[in-house]
Amino acid sequence: MALKATHELHRRRFSRNLGVGLTLVALVALVFGLTVVKVTRGDPMQGFDHQVRPEMEAPTQ
Amino acid sequence: MTDASINATREYEPTFGDYVALLKPRVMSLVVFTALVGLLVAPVSLHPVEAFAAILFIALGAGASGALNMWYDADIDGVMRRTRRRPIPSGRVEPGEALAIGVALSGLSVVMLALATNLVAAGLLAFTIFFYAVVYTMWLKRSTPQNIVIGGAAGAFPPMIGWAAATGGVSVESVLMFALIFMWTPPHFWALALFMRSDYDDAGVPMLTVTHGRRVTRKYVLVYTVLLAPVAFGLAFSSVGGPVTLAAAVLLNVMFVKGALDIAGRGEPAAEADSYGTEKRFFKLSLAYLFLHFGALLADAALRGIM
Repeated sequence: MALKATHELHRRRFSRNLGVGLTLVALVALVFGLTVVKVTRGDPMQGFDHQVRPEMEAPTQ
Repeated sequence: MTDASINATREYEPTFGDYVALLKPRVMSLVVFTALVGLLVAPVSLHPVEAFAAILFIALGAGASGALNMWYDADIDGVMRRTRRRPIPSGRVEPGEALAIGVALSGLSVVMLALATNLVAAGLLAFTIFFYAVVYTMWLKRSTPQNIVIGGAAGAFPPMIGWAAATGGVSVESVLMFALIFMWTPPHFWALALFMRSDYDDAGVPMLTVTHGRRVTRKYVLVYTVLLAPVAFGLAFSSVGGPVTLAAAVLLNVMFVKGALDIAGRGEPAAEADSYGTEKRFFKLSLAYLFLHFGALLADAALRGIM
């Protein structure tokens, strides 16, 4: 006998999972958007790219 | 995982809407509005994406503190008519779930606000959540009739956080916006307590109406309403104020003080005779008071932008 997902509980679960899923997708999109804004505007940032940067080294006594 | 899990012990499977209800969406709307005004009237402007993210995470932080409040107050929420249908007392959401959602969203909103804007705004949001969930809900609400006065600070922080998100600091203007909501909260809630009479009594929450009586509460409504007026005028004369805010301050405070005088000047027999009509009108006016005052700040900011 095949199980059919007709119970009301399945509907509730689906609506909840859909809500959580869409919320997470929206969060990812927002974080991506924030990243694009901050990077394109050139906020202060440092990345390691095998270049010598004296200002990144700890000061010596 | 198989379908066998549908036979779990719980009788009700919460929907996404039940979880959203934990975040007190109606309170959130006020938070969004006041935080947005704080952010928009600030002298520094944010990129629209950053501004959107800031408002979203401030609202999420407020929602998280609402979930923590519902988790802790589930016992008294079940007694009061106004709160009986909330997700936990009605059995739709387990207390542990509300606690988990509250803690997780608190952390997420503070960290994300720090990343989207700055540490000052994030610090203020963290303090607001702590203040509402711990200082108000756990310490004050059940122990002092001044619960509303001090707890009102939690609701007063959003415009200050919005301002901090844009400027990275705190200033006289943001403190005045804070003070306006802070002073507005007691008359707003005590008017509610006057006409929702039996609810707070049944729950054993030490509302001023229960501990000091209704006559004293009516006087306190007047006292705080009178103290609120100078704050409104101070805001009108600050750098974020202007002609619209000043006009709103004059009009709204005259109406508000008159309403408070009406409340203070009558006793219970008169109130019962008209089914607490004056108190209900005052409560509605209090909602318009805050909305129009912050709307006026926005209008003045728009005028400054045009001129």
